[in-house]
Amino acid sequence: MKILTMPSFGADMAKGSIVKWNVKPGDHVSKGDIVASIETMKGLIDMEVYDEGTITKLVAVEGEELEIGRPIAELQLTNEESSNNKPEQIPTDAALPSVETITTQVVNLSGKQDKEDKKTPNISNIPDHSELKPKPQIPKISPAARFRAKELGIDWRQLAQGNGPNGALQLNDINAVYEMHPEPQESPSDLMRQAIASTVSRSKRDIPHYYLQLDMLLDNAVRWLREHNADLPPNKRILINAVIYSAIARALTSFPAFNGFYRDGHYESSDSVHLGNAISLRQGGLMVAAIHDAQHLGLIEMMEKITDQVNRARKGGLRMSEMQEATVTVSNLGDRGSDSIQSIILPPQVAIFGIGRQRTVPWIVDNTVSCASIVSMSLAADHRVSDGHLGARLLNKINKYLQKPETLI
Amino acid sequence: MNDQSITYREALKTAISEAMRSDERVFLMGEDVGNYGGCYAVSKGLSDEFGADRVIDTPLSESGFVGAGIGAAMGGMRPIVEVMTVNFSLLALDQIVNNAATLRHMSGNQIGIPLVIRMATGAGKQLAAQHSHSLENWYAHVPGIKVLVPSTVADARYMLAMALADPDPVILFEHVMLYNESAAIPAPKDCPDMHQAVVRKSGNDISLITYGGSLSKTLEAAKELDSHGISAEVIDLRCLRPLDTHTLYQSVEKTHRVLVVDEGWRTGSLAAEICALIAEDCFWSLDAPPSRICSKEVPIPYPQHLERAATPQVAQVVEAAMKLLNREVPA
Amino acid sequence: MNNNETLKALVSKLILDIAPEAEMHNLDPNEDLREELDLDSMDFMNLLDSIAKETGVNVPESDYSLVNSLQSLTDYIDKRL
Repeated sequence: MKILTMPSFGADMAKGSIVKWNVKPGDHVSKGDIVASIETMKGLIDMEVYDEGTITKLVAVEGEELEIGRPIAELQLTNEESSNNKPEQIPTDAALPSVETITTQVVNLSGKQDKEDKKTPNISNIPDHSELKPKPQIPKISPAARFRAKELGIDWRQLAQGNGPNGALQLNDINAVYEMHPEPQESPSDLMRQAIASTVSRSKRDIPHYYLQLDMLLDNAVRWLREHNADLPPNKRILINAVIYSAIARALTSFPAFNGFYRDGHYESSDSVHLGNAISLRQGGLMVAAIHDAQHLGLIEMMEKITDQVNRARKGGLRMSEMQEATVTVSNLGDRGSDSIQSIILPPQVAIFGIGRQRTVPWIVDNTVSCASIVSMSLAADHRVSDGHLGARLLNKINKYLQKPETLI
Repeated sequence: MNDQSITYREALKTAISEAMRSDERVFLMGEDVGNYGGCYAVSKGLSDEFGADRVIDTPLSESGFVGAGIGAAMGGMRPIVEVMTVNFSLLALDQIVNNAATLRHMSGNQIGIPLVIRMATGAGKQLAAQHSHSLENWYAHVPGIKVLVPSTVADARYMLAMALADPDPVILFEHVMLYNESAAIPAPKDCPDMHQAVVRKSGNDISLITYGGSLSKTLEAAKELDSHGISAEVIDLRCLRPLDTHTLYQSVEKTHRVLVVDEGWRTGSLAAEICALIAEDCFWSLDAPPSRICSKEVPIPYPQHLERAATPQVAQVVEAAMKLLNREVPA
Repeated sequence: MNNNETLKALVSKLILDIAPEAEMHNLDPNEDLREELDLDSMDFMNLLDSIAKETGVNVPESDYSLVNSLQSLTDYIDKRL
């Protein structure tokens, strides 16, 4: 018995596919006969045999792409036809994918080569495909393995055969794949979307939000920043965000009911303000990075901190502590976009500020209309912990700080 | 045997005499239960204590004396009727299935049949094809009756009282190979509620579900599997109707594999019912096909080697379990 | 070589460092840069910072209104090189 394998037509050829079989099982072939047409990167090439005998089995199907060296057919040699009919053991090198898995991602399921050799089904057991149209080979899988794969986000259809009967994938196979590739095969942005969805759904379900909004005059802050930034290079300049964040952090020290965690039915305020900055990511989604001890930061430090965090969030490189420890959050749509934003509290926090864009509006002071630069700041807070009256006082306190940016430096 | 242990047979006798002592409505009747002491000697000596009025020898007419038991139960008594083997109980099938099981339903809940029927079942004593079959599932098929299988000495000792307390007909199956089994004198806590299946050995890799005469074989198989590094859980059904599916499902959800060992014939067996239930209700937990070891589809043969070959044995259980776990079966 | 074209190429590269997905070839050089490419104030500051480092041209805040398109930004830098 001779095993015909996918031939190599040059060192740079890794794979070929059988475009057409010219023989079928039972056909007699002589040396030089063309048995198949094979498509390679060099074009269509005819494959000949070098022996005389009878084709007993076609292992590869038309259209199937195979690495070189993979068995494609079995040939009973004329000079051994009367002898032992048993095929010799076909090499089942675990490094080569089985014929079932061509065109799909191949994962070595057991990782144990010697064991694998025994378990890999003998190629000669594969049913005769000669009358079948090529189709993608999907492994068999047990219900429990299928359920587990779904749970882990593993696309089992992309896997090679398992170690179960007839190559079926079983729980162990899926668990082994998971151990080798613990990260789910979903894109990070899908996962982030799911995480956001789950958090905001929980928040809207569990937290009785109340909403307040106050327009705050920015003229003083803008004027102060203009003077401060005038002679500074871009990376030393302070943005209005830093002033707003500092004002919020300072004000929160006198309003502990908005800075802390509500857990297991009771509220605990935090001694320090770890201001969560909601950062939108270019690829979609958002991250909240905590600015630790924000109430102690001067404007320059605050600006450095924000810049550093935003850059790291967008490139990846936030620390775990920054991801987890915010006691209150600010959601800032930036200087463009919407006039205001009403945000959803991120549990177990109890408050979130929404900062709209800086804009110019007619502003009345002492019965005189003038142009003014303002920002609309909203507060969404947990009614289980605080009441609107207290929230309104907090917003007014922030406004007071904003009017005196020099005190924040 | 020391003083501290008791046989399955003695446990049954103690249970019967205890019931008769504590409740004068309870009496025992059946073929040769009185003077002879019962075909399997369960009631030996009882007629001396309770007299021929309460330990009644009946004519060889299963339909007649089971029917009499039903009538007595209707009339307010608490009869225990012994039928020699499940094979002979077929003569009383009409009484059991058409009367005992149906009367509460047909009388609009006016008439209950608080009747206990005990019968021997199973192979292993070379009693050939008319005395050795396991037809428990015939009765487990029928709504209106409960089917219990005490497979330990403790169950033999305490299940009868639970069966007598039940307002409806209860059938107790006693496997013939269990009568001589002995164990330390059990306490009531060793016999949980009769409706519960019991995990006799816990394990993580495969659930072996069995009952009655197959329990000891299955436990032995589990021990052997342990030596191959396979942790098998053994569940004793105890109650074939109604089935305690909760316990079964819990186990299968843990082990993901199930093998039922049942001395009944494979076709239409209780094992088939259990496999079907698990396939229906635990499908997404299964990592291998639900499987069963049953008796060969022949009348149970007389010669010992053929009797053994026809019924489930330890080696078969071990081999089937190893296969389900993709393990090489040792030669 | 056209100095302004070279500058545009440089600024485009710096923008891509900040907003890798920006489709620079589709950008109308006279349109509002930040609007078109969704650059927030932080991105814009980072852009001006890298421009200052690459070219030495510092765009003060008071001149932000003069550099709101790619064309006006490169013109602005060009004049001050």
